[in-house]
Amino acid sequence: MDSVLQRSFDVAVIGAGPAGIAAAVRASESGARVALIDDNAAPGGQIWRRGASQSHHPEAEHWLDRLSKSSVTLMAGTRVFYAHKGALAAESDHALSEILYDKLILATGARELFLPFPGWTLPNVLGAGGLQALVKSGLPVNGKRVVIAGTGPLLLAVAAHLSEQGAEVLCICEQAPFSRLCAFALTLAAFPEKLVEAAQLRFRSRRAPYLTSTWPVAAFGQDRLQSVQVSDHQCLREIECDYLACGYHLVPNLELVRALGCRVTDGSAEVTELQETSESAIYCAGEPTGIAGLDLAIVEGQIAGYAAAGNLHSARKLLATGARYRKVTSAMKKAFALRPELATLAKPDTLLCRCEDVSFQDARKHSSWRAAKLHSRCGMGPCQGRVCGAAAEFLFGWTMDSSRPPIFPVRCSSLRAIGSPANPAQRHGGSP
Amino acid sequence: MSEILTVRVNGALVNVPAGSTAAVAVMLSIGACRQSVTGQPRAPLCGMGTCFECRVEINGQTHQRSCQVICEANMEIKAHG
Repeated sequence: MDSVLQRSFDVAVIGAGPAGIAAAVRASESGARVALIDDNAAPGGQIWRRGASQSHHPEAEHWLDRLSKSSVTLMAGTRVFYAHKGALAAESDHALSEILYDKLILATGARELFLPFPGWTLPNVLGAGGLQALVKSGLPVNGKRVVIAGTGPLLLAVAAHLSEQGAEVLCICEQAPFSRLCAFALTLAAFPEKLVEAAQLRFRSRRAPYLTSTWPVAAFGQDRLQSVQVSDHQCLREIECDYLACGYHLVPNLELVRALGCRVTDGSAEVTELQETSESAIYCAGEPTGIAGLDLAIVEGQIAGYAAAGNLHSARKLLATGARYRKVTSAMKKAFALRPELATLAKPDTLLCRCEDVSFQDARKHSSWRAAKLHSRCGMGPCQGRVCGAAAEFLFGWTMDSSRPPIFPVRCSSLRAIGSPANPAQRHGGSP
Repeated sequence: MSEILTVRVNGALVNVPAGSTAAVAVMLSIGACRQSVTGQPRAPLCGMGTCFECRVEINGQTHQRSCQVICEANMEIKAHG
């Protein structure tokens, strides 16, 4: 494992979801030598995850097909743990690579926001997208009783998918009030295709009641989930179930953006109209520039891919399409804004940091994310604050301001190899 | 979806659809992947490799995120839930 495989590319793209695939394909079509690097075993990201289930969206087929026919070097199952201007270090199960690049495109996607409530660490309490990902990865849910909760359009998509897989979706608990969802639907009038999509998802999940202004307050069970208590502000109701799938929409994955020193404003990477970040030669596309969904991710990815390859004419042709989709983003943010009650669900002994088992009360007594890390080990475990950091941002208003290598837990042998004096990654200035 | 693979979870045989992740094999058998630092049972949360709750030992390699590893025939998974 100590030998480092060194490769050089015109454009390196990190993240093989829709934005990353579109970026890699367009950069390659424009004549660049392109690497596409992704942690997952297969390209597609979360939304186009295939795994054990073979069904696929036509648009996903289209892009995955173009990717496979392109000259893009796909490095799947590969985790970037170190990033610097001009060089990346990445580890897979069998190899350690150093990737040298001229232009970098960060298409690192988003993760679900999880908020702590009593019982949220019990087995079978998962994210909404989390349970869907596992079902796509082969988990049978036929006959299983599922409560879906949280916020955002993903809940409907998960309900539709699980229903079709034979799950008994007992209810969909959307924390947003009905009035705000109506206002959102009105905005969507300008995007009839989105309204049709929403209606189709609701039809496919029609047997599950869609409850607005409703959220889970506690989960019960011994070694695994047995029931969940939900509140609609007026009354509490306990529901027996096999799975609780709960996610509060998405937060962008900004670890690499921050590690590379790119400016972050209001929780998103700042980019120019050609998707370039505050650091020259580093581009960003998709959810890290603002949670906006699939359509905008594909457009931004293409713009970044063209621009990074120097094909500015083709990049500019897509600007108007991007601007149109951005209107949905701001409306969505308003509609699914989190209600303040969600910050009051954790009891003093409810865990906030699941890696280090740091309780809500032990984290709360500190004044900042950094202080909580130093004194309580909150956010110091293997997930490096990916779960509790985002929760703490909502609960306490803390910001996770820095990101240091290794960006991902890695083998000691990889750190040793990348830190050796013969290695250019170190000559570029950073130490792992 | 029709093809079935057999893996071992803590020594017991578990059948999973081909293409399944190791997390699925654990959820279909003993249910929990690991014990937390204070001894609580934990199982997959995010399903996409970011939360690290689904860590197990796979073919002798510890701290593997089971949601990111595709099952292979005769894979040896050790969960400590």
